[in-house]
Amino acid sequence: MGAYIVKRLLISIPVIFGISLITFIMLNVIPGDPIALMMKEHISTDVVERVRAQMHLDDPAYVRFFRFVWDALHGDFGTSYKLNRSVTTLLLDAFPNTLALAMSGALVSWIIGIPAGVLSAVKKRSFLDNSIMGFSLLGVSIPVFWAGLLFQYIFSMVLGILPVSGFSGPEYLIMPAIVLGWSSAGTIARLTRSSLLEVMRNDYIRTARAKGNLEIKVILNHALKNSMLPVVTVMALQVAGLLSGAVITESVFGIPGIGRIAVNAIQSRDMPLLQGAVMFTTVLVILGNLVADILYSLIDPRIKYD
Amino acid sequence: MNLARNLMLKKEVIEASDELVKETFWQDVFRSLKKDRMAITGGIVILLFVLMAIFAPWIAPHDPYEVNLDNQFQKPGLEHWLGTDMFGRDVLSRIIYGSQISLLIGLVPSMITMSIGIVLGIVAGYFGRRTDFVIMTISDMVLSFPSLLLAMVVMYTLGASLLNIFIALSIVGWAGTARVVRAQTLSLKNKEFVEAARAVGVKPYIIMLRHILPNCIPQLLVLFTLEIPGSILSEASLSFLGVGAQPPASSWGLMVSNGKEFLFNAPWVAIAPGIAILVIVLAFNFLGDGLRDALDPYLKQ
Repeated sequence: MGAYIVKRLLISIPVIFGISLITFIMLNVIPGDPIALMMKEHISTDVVERVRAQMHLDDPAYVRFFRFVWDALHGDFGTSYKLNRSVTTLLLDAFPNTLALAMSGALVSWIIGIPAGVLSAVKKRSFLDNSIMGFSLLGVSIPVFWAGLLFQYIFSMVLGILPVSGFSGPEYLIMPAIVLGWSSAGTIARLTRSSLLEVMRNDYIRTARAKGNLEIKVILNHALKNSMLPVVTVMALQVAGLLSGAVITESVFGIPGIGRIAVNAIQSRDMPLLQGAVMFTTVLVILGNLVADILYSLIDPRIKYD
Repeated sequence: MNLARNLMLKKEVIEASDELVKETFWQDVFRSLKKDRMAITGGIVILLFVLMAIFAPWIAPHDPYEVNLDNQFQKPGLEHWLGTDMFGRDVLSRIIYGSQISLLIGLVPSMITMSIGIVLGIVAGYFGRRTDFVIMTISDMVLSFPSLLLAMVVMYTLGASLLNIFIALSIVGWAGTARVVRAQTLSLKNKEFVEAARAVGVKPYIIMLRHILPNCIPQLLVLFTLEIPGSILSEASLSFLGVGAQPPASSWGLMVSNGKEFLFNAPWVAIAPGIAILVIVLAFNFLGDGLRDALDPYLKQ
């Protein structure tokens, strides 16, 4: 087990390296002088020269890339062109907000998704099953940003019970969490349903029934536990998806998180900030996948790794 | 009497079995699909949207680009069924024209990603070893990017425009297809019919094209149908974030984005195009789900 975790960690290293290379290439091939972006008005050429040298902009690309990797390994993602602050600080300030949003989104999706999936499996092929599965497709098909606006209109404008946007209290998280969690709730419900249906065909379920247990007891005590395996893996993977899905939700609801930083960085053409935000999120996603794999092996001792 | 009846029954059985044999792959899929009401509904809705996109100039009641500032924020009514936006443009007409962009965005990047994914997937699976390692490592990297962020990075580099969305979505999307095709190729390449072809000296690219690719069609069909709504949603999200289609294009995502400023005074400007996105994406998802069920025996092969 320990060896497996070490191996998985080692495999992530070249992946992360490759991702930084791809990101670096894509963000650095564009023409355009960052200095011109930083200082709009006329400035003397020697100032430009000095800043260029300070930012090592005249070095060859590969030197800049390895400097970027080296600095990133030391937790330094450079300085934002526009805000003139350390990218790392900006990201770390924003991260708790994104994490809070992603976590509450995940919570919403589990609270809705798992019971819906169980109900759907128990009442297989019923009207209830069909409507739950229809709803889950609806959840996947709904554009997140549009759902956000719809919620804002209904709950803030018409009903006036929730704040429109901003982030200064737990009540500001309610709408974003539901909007974000809604789409993955559908996925979780579908997975719970199919997994539970598969487990229900097993012999030990028949035994449990034969012993005269109530159906609800059979489902909750015997079937559900075993059917949660694939669901748990997806849950961990999904946290990663939610972290990136937060980009849109944060923009709609004005939550100062990593996603908003990325969107703002694109609009103000702030390359180091965008680079930092993308790298930060991607590494988190890779770590999320790693946790999912490890979790899977811990829950199911039958799975052997070599 | 009995004999005649027996003969007749026999004839019927033979004819029925003949029919079963004669049924091609597509007939079989279509027959299963016909029973699925959701999939049929999805298909009809898609057809309606396609017709709407083709005949947009004849259907649209107004000019979608005509600015009329005296006519701002008209409520939905008889003259403007879905109201007008901040420039007094007719929302319904803009939605009708927007269907052209959305269908294009749904189809073109999906076709590009499928083509790249098919080629790389088959090559990786068939040749194995180093080729496989290189292709799969790159696809793993692309897959570990959050797709929206990767698309945003591409749009940052290339600049926001409709054409660049095609490129961004293609760069993001091929890896998933490549994986599916590779897995299928791996399972096929040691089957007897491939070995036989190899034994008589058929060239590798012909084996891939004639013997392996046709056997991937069921998977690819489902993947393609589900790829389209994904592309439409991605375009809408990118346009909403301001890094996608640019004004005055009437992309649905852009329309929602423009309408969000006036959400509380004129909700129809943002809400109506969102419904269009939802309906088309839902239709494709229903069809894709139905196809997956209809192709189930082929997929499990």
